[in-house]
Amino acid sequence: MVTAVLATRLGRLASTPAGRIWAVCLRDVTAAHSVGYTFLLVVGFLEPVLYLLSMGFGVGGMVGEVVLADGARVSYASFVAPAMLAASAMNGPFFEGSIGFFSKMRYRKLFDATISTPVTPFEVAAGELLWSLGQGAMYSLAFCTVMVALGLATLGQVLAVLPAALLIGFAFGGLGLLLATFINSWKDFDYLGAIIFSMFLFSGTFTPVEAYPGPAQIIVWLTPLYHGIELTRGLILDALSLSMLADAAYLVVVGLLGLWLASRRIARTLCR
Amino acid sequence: MPHVVPVGYRHRVPKPASLIEAHRLVKRFGDFVAVDGVDLQVQPGEFFGFLGANGAGKSSTMRMIGCVSPPSEGVLRVFGLDPIKDGPVIRSRLGVCPQQDSLDEELTVLENLVVYARYFGIPRRVARQRAEELLEFVQLSERITSKVEPLSGGMKRRLTIARALINEPEILMLDEPTTGLDPQARHLVWERLFQLKQRGVTQVLTTHYMDEAEQLCDRLVVMDHGKIIAEGSPRRLIEQYSTKEVVELRFGNLPPETVARRINGRISEHCERHEILPDRILLYTADGDAAAEAASREHPAPSSVLVRRSTLEDVFLHLTGRTLVD
Repeated sequence: MVTAVLATRLGRLASTPAGRIWAVCLRDVTAAHSVGYTFLLVVGFLEPVLYLLSMGFGVGGMVGEVVLADGARVSYASFVAPAMLAASAMNGPFFEGSIGFFSKMRYRKLFDATISTPVTPFEVAAGELLWSLGQGAMYSLAFCTVMVALGLATLGQVLAVLPAALLIGFAFGGLGLLLATFINSWKDFDYLGAIIFSMFLFSGTFTPVEAYPGPAQIIVWLTPLYHGIELTRGLILDALSLSMLADAAYLVVVGLLGLWLASRRIARTLCR
Repeated sequence: MPHVVPVGYRHRVPKPASLIEAHRLVKRFGDFVAVDGVDLQVQPGEFFGFLGANGAGKSSTMRMIGCVSPPSEGVLRVFGLDPIKDGPVIRSRLGVCPQQDSLDEELTVLENLVVYARYFGIPRRVARQRAEELLEFVQLSERITSKVEPLSGGMKRRLTIARALINEPEILMLDEPTTGLDPQARHLVWERLFQLKQRGVTQVLTTHYMDEAEQLCDRLVVMDHGKIIAEGSPRRLIEQYSTKEVVELRFGNLPPETVARRINGRISEHCERHEILPDRILLYTADGDAAAEAASREHPAPSSVLVRRSTLEDVFLHLTGRTLVD
């Protein structure tokens, strides 16, 4: 009885926009399941872990402690780890959102068929974002496990930081989708890689932003990753501040803007 | 004059209600006018065809009906609904078999159907059952767990047709369903489309194969440069734009031009209309045997004579070019 009611409810939900967004996401789950995605996942997860080990512990051994804005002193590994979590939360959704989406949209023309169904271009974009977000969540979860194992975070801190990691994924997933709609060939991804890597190096990742000269600080302040790191670092190092609300809002706006603009550009490409 | 859908049809109440109705429909891409003021109606249960050369505007019209391409001008109603406002609702009742198969090569044959079904909100169990039935219908049951990529062109096309049927559509839209298929595969597709027609599924087809249109369509329009230049059943179009029979005369190595000059004037006595091609002379006539006999008595006599019925191809070529003006 209960299952029957539930089935009807779910059935009704299935033919709503939410149901269709979920259906688009499930397509990717089905494809990942049959393609042997594990290898890619492991590589994506390992990258920030290796950075954490080499920078946090390797370089950290020579650097010693870092003094935070509020005067607290933390080990260099503790300082770098939340930034690596942010980078990890960024990488998955961004590259899935850009490269993965580009290949589906332009190379394999997958969505030409999708939009012949009730699914709209916005739902395609949202479903793809949800999928890349799911991937980001897996990366983040895995990275959090490593942090707990290395004694760089407690379970409570990890639970608090996971929503922030998702938010970072949302922002960069949306951004990735948007950039993918501007890309014309595989070569253009080199530029994306370069942008992301410079952002990764200079968003307060390895040094406090205060160490940069004034104008550079403004540029850093504009990057979404900086705000993401502010969030993860604040939550993991128990250095909460009101400005973190602004950081979160910035990420939400970036994600929504990316999603909205991307879906408009997708509609223009698919629905000529 | 080509007879097009009567002007002012909007004031009449169509009976039965048209599933598709277009009035002065236009599609522009920049300066290029792909569809240039098309009027048409498709009735329930009808097998309707768009016949035209590549670039005639068939696919653009199909995409507008499929609600994936907004009309630049004019009125379009599908199921009485507006494609701009009610796109998702209309699309939920359409089955689309596009020109390029656009199958999901990362998925198996079955997954292609089940994943597609989800876009329509079809419950998993129903989707799976329908998918199995449809694969049976298009003779792909044995490949159910196979990946899509290694399938042959004909198999992919059949799978695309099965996919288009997963939501039990009221209208099946087929954009050049047999282009690029070998004869066996074509005939299998035709058989299946004919069976669907018998079940009462309304079908809209584009093709540049005349035999396909002749075999399948109840009614068709001939498109050229974005315009509808003729409309009717295949038989009516043949009656209207061609003669009952055609005689094809060949003259060995003698160029038909030379032959035509020698028997100058007398050709037109044998037929209503004639056409001189580089390799043969065509006589359009009501009585092919009589014309053939008369032509055989001429000097030079033809080396081969073929009497055949007029086809849509004759109509099409007559309407769209490669023809002498009468």
